[in-house]
Amino acid sequence: MVTKKSVIRETSVYAVLIFGAVVMVVPFFWMVSTSFKLPREIFVFPPKWIPSEPTLKNYIELFRSLDFARPFINTVVVAGSITVLSVLFSSMAGFAFAKFRFKGRDALFMLVLATIMVPGQMTIIPVFLMLRHLGLINTYAGLIIPAMVSAFNVFFMRQFIITIPDDLLEAAKMDGAREGFLYFKIILPLCRPALSTIAIFTFTGSWNSFLWPLIIAQDERMYTLPVAISVLAGQYGENIAIQMAGSCIVIAPILIFFIFAQRYFIKGIALTGMKF
Amino acid sequence: MRTRLVWILLFLGPALAALLIFLVIPIFASFVLSVTDFDVYALADWSRARFVGLSNFQELLSDPLFWRSLLNTLYCLIVAMPLTVAISLGVAMLINREKTRFKGLFRVIYFLPFVTNTVAIAVVWSWILNMHYGLLNWFLGLFGISGPNWLGDPTFAMSSIIMLVVWKAIGYNMILFISGLQNIPDFLYEAAELDGASGWQKFVHITIPMLRPTMLFVTTMMLIGYLQLFEEPYMLTDGGPLNSTLSVVLYLYRQGFRFFELGYASALAVALFLIIITITLIRMRLSKQVS
Repeated sequence: MVTKKSVIRETSVYAVLIFGAVVMVVPFFWMVSTSFKLPREIFVFPPKWIPSEPTLKNYIELFRSLDFARPFINTVVVAGSITVLSVLFSSMAGFAFAKFRFKGRDALFMLVLATIMVPGQMTIIPVFLMLRHLGLINTYAGLIIPAMVSAFNVFFMRQFIITIPDDLLEAAKMDGAREGFLYFKIILPLCRPALSTIAIFTFTGSWNSFLWPLIIAQDERMYTLPVAISVLAGQYGENIAIQMAGSCIVIAPILIFFIFAQRYFIKGIALTGMKF
Repeated sequence: MRTRLVWILLFLGPALAALLIFLVIPIFASFVLSVTDFDVYALADWSRARFVGLSNFQELLSDPLFWRSLLNTLYCLIVAMPLTVAISLGVAMLINREKTRFKGLFRVIYFLPFVTNTVAIAVVWSWILNMHYGLLNWFLGLFGISGPNWLGDPTFAMSSIIMLVVWKAIGYNMILFISGLQNIPDFLYEAAELDGASGWQKFVHITIPMLRPTMLFVTTMMLIGYLQLFEEPYMLTDGGPLNSTLSVVLYLYRQGFRFFELGYASALAVALFLIIITITLIRMRLSKQVS
């Protein structure tokens, strides 16, 4: 039944949703559009939505004279290593907490759980002092090692592995399989969905991480992308197009990654409330 | 059968060692540092740091910038939290309606800001908020409103920060609300309709009570997250103008890593930690009383 009232209601629902969607998307559109503009098209009023002479000049300058390739590579190396190590260590620990039998296992697990709630800046000063003492400031190790294990990932893997039936492992054990074999041949293959979820979240989180790299990467050569863009915004305050091109470089990879893997992102959050 | 010690050490060792070294020990170390005068000289030679008792905390209590940063952070929390909840719940309900089409597309679009790098998108926002050439003031101009100097005026700077914070947070909370809404059994609504309940009555008497677990989770995460406000003010205003957007973590960063007053900064970290725990506990206690 189509009444006048329901037409008005449907129209206003879509009007609200579309207005919101525009608010969500406009900053990205504006960033991309501005990054292809020549200087004379930037400081104009009213704003120009599409550059009339799109140019790659800003991107070329970003990579040629500002060497943005370096922070890009740093970020890939750091986020990639953190992801691989975190997936490995947290699935191993998750397996042990879920299936190993030893005294004090559950108490130890509760201890790990308790650390999830600790806010990051609580640990940042002592860890900085420790790494400085070890000479790890301005090194990849300093950027990677403190972030390579997350209590949340351990918790998540344990919850997943605990649902794997014991019989499966017992049968293999009867045939003489050791824990290492069980981990590689049974646990890892069965955990693929959980592993990809934490891999996606860990990678995105480390790509976007800012405060820690800001403190550890003080030398230009060790900057990650977020640090590089924050420095760029300070130094090139007037050159808007360069800033927008830089922001594009930081944002685009994750955005493209998200668009392809969105099902995993959204499912992961709905399942666990995971946050990065 | 017990698992052999070798395997336990091998499988738990790396994770537990890392958590111990980078999380557990530093938490205790923060408390220890907070009662020392660890500064830039001690950085060169740790033995220069001396025990000073609670004097960092005394100083904190009489430090106007600390109070300023705390009030700013609480202000952001008090404004941004209800805004985020209202908008993301509203969007979630609209998207979750049976009749709404393009659900998947809307979900993805609203979620985009959440996966976006805060630092980089803050650079874009500060351009959007530009007084003369910014999109926001252009848009307001269409309605005959002359927009303010968003980032340069102490009255509006915090609003600008809150805008960015809320814009980024909607998608994440929307997803959680959608999955909460989908867990509400349909028969509750059907029964209410038979009794002639209005849309608003259904919302107040079914949706809100049934969403309580989601609401508890969402607001707790938000409390913890918003109290750690840092990247937005760091990028948009650097705490200014006139410290109107200085947040606690930004102040901590300044004390610790610009002035290298690491003892004092640790006291700030401990104070923030205690504030977060207290507020979270109060939040949980409140929700227990309701149910």
